[in-house]
Amino acid sequence: MRVRLFPLALAAAAGLTVAFLTLPVVALFTHGSPGRLLDALAEPSSRQALWLSLETSGIAIAIVVLVGTPAAWVLATVPFPGRGLVVTLVELPLVLPPAVAGLALLVAFGPEGMVGEPLGDAGVVLPFHTAAVVVALVFVSAPFHIRQAQAAFAALDPSLLEASRTLGASPARTFLRVAVPSVAGALVTGAALALARALGEFGATLMFAGSLEGVTRTASLAVYDRFGVDLDGALALSAVLVGLAAILLVAVKLAGERVAAR
Amino acid sequence: MRRAALVALGAVVAAGCGAGDDPSVTVAAASSLTGPLTQCARGIDGLDVRLEFGGSDDLAAQVRQGVAIDVFASADTRLPGALAAQGRAQAPVAFAANEVVLAVPRDSDIRALDDLASARDARLVVGSPDVPVGRYARAVLDRLPARERAAIEARVRSEEPDVNGIVGKLAAGAADAGFVYRTDVLAAGPALRAVGLPARLRPTVVYGLSIVREGDRADRVVQDVLRGGCAEALRAAGFGPAPG
Repeated sequence: MRVRLFPLALAAAAGLTVAFLTLPVVALFTHGSPGRLLDALAEPSSRQALWLSLETSGIAIAIVVLVGTPAAWVLATVPFPGRGLVVTLVELPLVLPPAVAGLALLVAFGPEGMVGEPLGDAGVVLPFHTAAVVVALVFVSAPFHIRQAQAAFAALDPSLLEASRTLGASPARTFLRVAVPSVAGALVTGAALALARALGEFGATLMFAGSLEGVTRTASLAVYDRFGVDLDGALALSAVLVGLAAILLVAVKLAGERVAAR
Repeated sequence: MRRAALVALGAVVAAGCGAGDDPSVTVAAASSLTGPLTQCARGIDGLDVRLEFGGSDDLAAQVRQGVAIDVFASADTRLPGALAAQGRAQAPVAFAANEVVLAVPRDSDIRALDDLASARDARLVVGSPDVPVGRYARAVLDRLPARERAAIEARVRSEEPDVNGIVGKLAAGAADAGFVYRTDVLAAGPALRAVGLPARLRPTVVYGLSIVREGDRADRVVQDVLRGGCAEALRAAGFGPAPG
């Protein structure tokens, strides 16, 4: 009895899991008619929101990769007291509720914040500017990339780096020509995960940057803005975001397979 | 063991479906009602009132999507009226009045709407055009001379989904002014000051209450909001009586 019940329970659990996790996404595409979804996407405000999302996320991920990768290299290879604590602090935004992240950014970088006030004296006021969206996206997405990069750098064979140095390569050359290419797959994975998080960002953006068409209203904010009056518009934007997320997920899987094949 | 787990699962499912005769009633209410309704809901005898706050337009959209809401309290009568026209709710009853003001930080130099038009760097935050507080703000601007209106519209830095977003941006010092309700400024305490608008600019702000799912519990909530403890809490929070 017990023996036959177990596979049944397994099948039920698997079936429920797959159905529960896929049905809501399927419903996004089936709730409205495809024609109305396309009409909704043709609206300038929808395209503007999508473009703003791509633009701000792209800039944010460029910053994350350019600054975060060397930072991850330091965290992975340079021993210093309190490194564990620093690593944990850097990863913290990963698990912060988005609204908390937004509030934290507002009280740090807002006009009355500890960084925002001197910035304001210098003429830079972040909230309500597109730059604030980028700041929010970098804050919430950077840990995704840094974590991946750091783990990959830490797993590198030390003799490889040693060999590079004994052959006369400078530390910079060793980093750029040996370390980075060796962990390229992990870096792509990290960047793709960070990009996915950035494209989906909502709470931190709304709280820190605000919501204004063409300036700070990204696609996920536009979904919420539309929801009250234009369900088709909200569904259409959601469908595009699902598509982008799916593409990124596939990229992550391919990069992962490339790493595994090495 | 297995049976216990099944029973527990059944209980969870039943509770999740709201089956049986639990005394709960779900009230979806405009964000601007958060203070008084949170305060008075516990006082409605024998009812377990579950409150959900948000922008009235988003709450109306939830009703249209069939979310289990018993009573809908909107910051206007238009949204519940539209639901009633679609057969999704009963005709709304007016239950409170409010006033649109310009909220500014207490130490602000802005003393009148004109100051906002001339303050070149002022950052203004309004509600999105779909949420009542944003629609009222646009009604105010629509009554201004074209030049002043354009000047003030150029100060808009964010269109927030509900009043919470506007008050929050003001309280955090990110914004210099925002069109909200007078009750929001009262609730925010000494940090904010209300700049009243001339009577000729002020839109009529009447809150409407609709029963979405008929029943004894929904009726009792409506009665309490119209003339019970919730009516008192609304007056105490600065809401005016419904006209007429």
